[in-house]
Amino acid sequence: MHLLKLESVSRDFDVSRPWLNRVVEREPRRILRAVDRVSFEVSKGETLALVGESGCGKSTVARLIAGLYAPTEGTIDFRGRRLQMIFQDPYASLNPRWRVRKIVAEPLRFLNGETSHSERVSQLLKQVGLSPDDADRYPHEFSGGQRQRISIARALAGEPELLICDEPTSALDVSVQAQILNLMADLQERLGLTYLFISHNLAVVSLVADRVGVMYLGRIVELASASDLFARPRHPYTRMLLDAVPDLGMTGKPRTPVAGEVPNPLAPPPGCAFHPRCPHANERCRIEVPRFSDGVACHAVEEGRI
Amino acid sequence: MILEVRGLTVQFPTRRGTLTAVDSVTFSIAPGEVLGVVGESGAGKSMTGLAVIGLLEPPGRIAAGEVRLEGRRIDNLSHEELRRIRGRRIGVIFQDPLTSLNPLYTIGQQLEETILTHLPMTRSQARERALSLLREVGIPAPEARYGSYPHHFSGGMRQRVVIALALAAEPRLLIADEPTTALDVSIQAQIIALLKRLAGERGAAVMLITHDMGVIAETAQRVAVMYAGRIVEIGPVSEVIHSPRHPYTVGLMGSIPKIGIRQERLLQIDGAMPRLNAIPPGCAFNPRCPRRFERCLIERPDLLSAGTSRAACWLHASA
Repeated sequence: MHLLKLESVSRDFDVSRPWLNRVVEREPRRILRAVDRVSFEVSKGETLALVGESGCGKSTVARLIAGLYAPTEGTIDFRGRRLQMIFQDPYASLNPRWRVRKIVAEPLRFLNGETSHSERVSQLLKQVGLSPDDADRYPHEFSGGQRQRISIARALAGEPELLICDEPTSALDVSVQAQILNLMADLQERLGLTYLFISHNLAVVSLVADRVGVMYLGRIVELASASDLFARPRHPYTRMLLDAVPDLGMTGKPRTPVAGEVPNPLAPPPGCAFHPRCPHANERCRIEVPRFSDGVACHAVEEGRI
Repeated sequence: MILEVRGLTVQFPTRRGTLTAVDSVTFSIAPGEVLGVVGESGAGKSMTGLAVIGLLEPPGRIAAGEVRLEGRRIDNLSHEELRRIRGRRIGVIFQDPLTSLNPLYTIGQQLEETILTHLPMTRSQARERALSLLREVGIPAPEARYGSYPHHFSGGMRQRVVIALALAAEPRLLIADEPTTALDVSIQAQIIALLKRLAGERGAAVMLITHDMGVIAETAQRVAVMYAGRIVEIGPVSEVIHSPRHPYTVGLMGSIPKIGIRQERLLQIDGAMPRLNAIPPGCAFNPRCPRRFERCLIERPDLLSAGTSRAACWLHASA
């Protein structure tokens, strides 16, 4: 039974120039398709990660689910009561003029009205490894890692079933990242939380995710269990991403040099969007958009060529 | 040795006392060698780089120590002399390529200008050289891109232009401060390969400053790990990664998630690096150290031999 289900969800953004420019310079409207027919399910208690490079649409998916954007097409079915979001930048996501008490209690005020929430705030702060005394301080008195803990406490206040985490540790140092990732794992176990984890960092994803979706130019190109995806990546893009991760083991394994860059999403290549960078591309890939079936969207995999 | 840094100390006088951002740092880099400098934000790694090239923002100043480039002392030179050396002998690559490029000039103009300032060449020779540099850093069809402005380029391509600029005057020393941090993984891999090739081919010394141990593993021969303004461990990269000697390095390595290794939890160093105005007496790492003992609370350790590396930790004091 799924907690969250996306069916063929797309989102377009109108990035046309102003009306006058369009009329004078005879330019057509320009539509950017940030998310293109994305479908997946998340079951209760699991962590689904979406990975991809900047501009692949992963954050837009997060915002669509959170209701910050409305989908242009498709349906999003959330079977829980509540979901919450944790953002990347703990400096921008906390109101600098509010004390921590007010920040953490904000969802409670919305849900339960203006009663006293100090007990619950203390409990939430303890839950994320802060002290109840911290409730009287301001965000600027905390380090980046502690601020992210405050964001997590705020997200947990309304007892959500689903947490959408958009690059929650990307702005943090590695040792602090380890503290936050461990905390998130503990909370998931204790509270039975479900995570949708958005990240560009494959190593972090391999640690936290049960299943992983790989996105490229708005589409999911591969979706598999984390153990399968990292042991046997199938889509050429997934393979390329894994190859590009610096090798800490210093095994000296030969790496396929990565070629090219992500194309302009305003003018995506026809056929498979990855074909200009793909070593396995053929005529069909240049013309026909591959269908997503059996966990991967690739003609070469479907034809058994790779 | 191309670069020799000895006892380098950077201080910031403030109203509430003097802060020491870099504390007696000593290292050297040989021709063709890449030295990685790794540490978390505030560890002093960028400050060390800025002090080496004489670009500290006042009131920051070098309070002690010396910096030698090819044997010549450069930390006590006048502003003007240093400026000339910086352009000619030292190339610098910063994290954000946009801040290193002038948005009002084409990349061709910027390269030509840099070359003409430092090398005795005619304009047409400079143009030839600029084109060959662009080709070398992997910009396709450089003739076609020569008249383009920085904003026409993607992030990865801009960083290539910055590398070409840094190499324009054939520098002996290249300082790269987080050169790949703003880039996507696939572009990062391309830039790392490029830096590595250039250092090898040109015999320049490279100081690679980054928070990413993976980048260092791929690129550097030796690595210096910084914590609270000091080098706490320095040694061959494989040695530091596979058998770290300082408890901080052990914690740092353990807190990096690794692909292909199933682990439930990461090794975690509790707490945070102390602020500059609250560095504890003794070893700066002692409040977070799982292996501290009495001496660590009182006496600050210098770098001591530990295998083929050196670590600033009393665990390695002989007898």
